[in-house]
Amino acid sequence: MKNELTVKAIKKGTVIDHIQAKNLFKIISIIGIEKIDTEVFIGNNLESKKHGKKAIIKIENRFPSMDDINKIAIIDPHAVINTIDEYKVIEKKHVKIPDTINTFVKCINPKCITNHEKVSTKFKIQNKDGKIGLKCNYCEKITGQDNIEIIR
Amino acid sequence: MKNKSLISINDYTKEDYFKILDLADDFQKNPNQKLLENHIVASLFFEPSTRTRLSFETAVQRLGGKVIGFSEASNTSVSKGESLKDTILTVNKYADLIVMRHPIEGSARFASEVSDVPIINAGDGSNQHPTQCLLDLYSIRKTQGTLENLNLFLVGDLKYGRTVHSLMTAMSEFNPVFNFVSPPSLRMPQEYKDYLDEKGIKYHEYDDLNDNINNADIIYVTRVQRERFSDPMEYEKVKNAYILKNDMLDNTKPTMRIMHPLPRVNEIDTDVDANPKAYYFEQAENGVYTRMAIMALILGLK
Ligand SMILES: [Zn+2]
Repeated sequence: MKNELTVKAIKKGTVIDHIQAKNLFKIISIIGIEKIDTEVFIGNNLESKKHGKKAIIKIENRFPSMDDINKIAIIDPHAVINTIDEYKVIEKKHVKIPDTINTFVKCINPKCITNHEKVSTKFKIQNKDGKIGLKCNYCEKITGQDNIEIIR
Repeated sequence: MKNKSLISINDYTKEDYFKILDLADDFQKNPNQKLLENHIVASLFFEPSTRTRLSFETAVQRLGGKVIGFSEASNTSVSKGESLKDTILTVNKYADLIVMRHPIEGSARFASEVSDVPIINAGDGSNQHPTQCLLDLYSIRKTQGTLENLNLFLVGDLKYGRTVHSLMTAMSEFNPVFNFVSPPSLRMPQEYKDYLDEKGIKYHEYDDLNDNINNADIIYVTRVQRERFSDPMEYEKVKNAYILKNDMLDNTKPTMRIMHPLPRVNEIDTDVDANPKAYYFEQAENGVYTRMAIMALILGLK
């Protein structure tokens, strides 16, 4: 309830909740929040029982695509996506890590072809005991979760 | 395998390995089969590698095919700034198969996505060099009669050596015991050891060459490169610890063979060369038969 006071409730739209505080700005970046023209509320460093400091993003009248949800899953598999209507949560989605992702993450290997020529990136997701790694389709090197850099 | 590019050793199954090795055997017995008459193979070496290029070009010529290409990127359209994509899209109109070596990692996979004709990766930076791995398998099977249950020693730079990583992965299909001999700073990376643990394959790690080689079936030696050491003193300290000398071989198995991907610098003493256990020059020869087999299968001629 405390969060509802800290960050204004929305009538209809999406609440991305349980984001680990350190992942907030990456998520803001991948879903392109600066391009959204409806009301957006962002709270950071909120107390969370589950994961230390958490962040929350509320977006009026916008619903993320499957692609956006996959992107969020890569950055923060603990995030929960709530669909809101008439101030109520009508659907609660735990994000699921996809098997592959394309185009939006940079390969960490400076000697990779994707960093030398116009080639869009492709990765296979490896999930070892909750630790996510992105294996490049081209150079076969692994980009770890903490090294994920978003291509805009 | 027909029309399928060979980019990474992981593209092929155990059954594919055997198909290639069996055909390589056949070519070794009867090397002059003109299967590639009326075929043109492009040999695109964006960085020089004389040994690999000569091996491929010999393989093409033994099969009666023709070779076009370049042995380094200077004086070509590449040095004028042409993209890899454009080079491949042009050359794939001329040739039936492209063999390429390129310093950028993943370049061969990318080329295979844009090319109409199959690509064989002859080395993409420190990533993959699958024909080296297949010729190593061929050499091991030829000298030991089998790939199963062997005791393998991998010596030298195990951290950066793509050859040993590919060989280790491929041989893991055949229930080996691995022995890793390297300076502490150039040990087999943890991810590969995790892979062996997952597959339940035994391995030992040693800091130097000693009596433990007496039960080896294969000793695979690689070069410890000076560039890998940030501290030159460290290199000076370790460089002589990994030199295989003839008198170290006295108590090794009579069937043991020494392999090396070449070029060698000083890690195998030249006094080993006359020992019947030295196999590295035959190994290089085997590369020609193995590459003949790979090209014939990819072009659907066998
Ligand atoms: Zn890459």
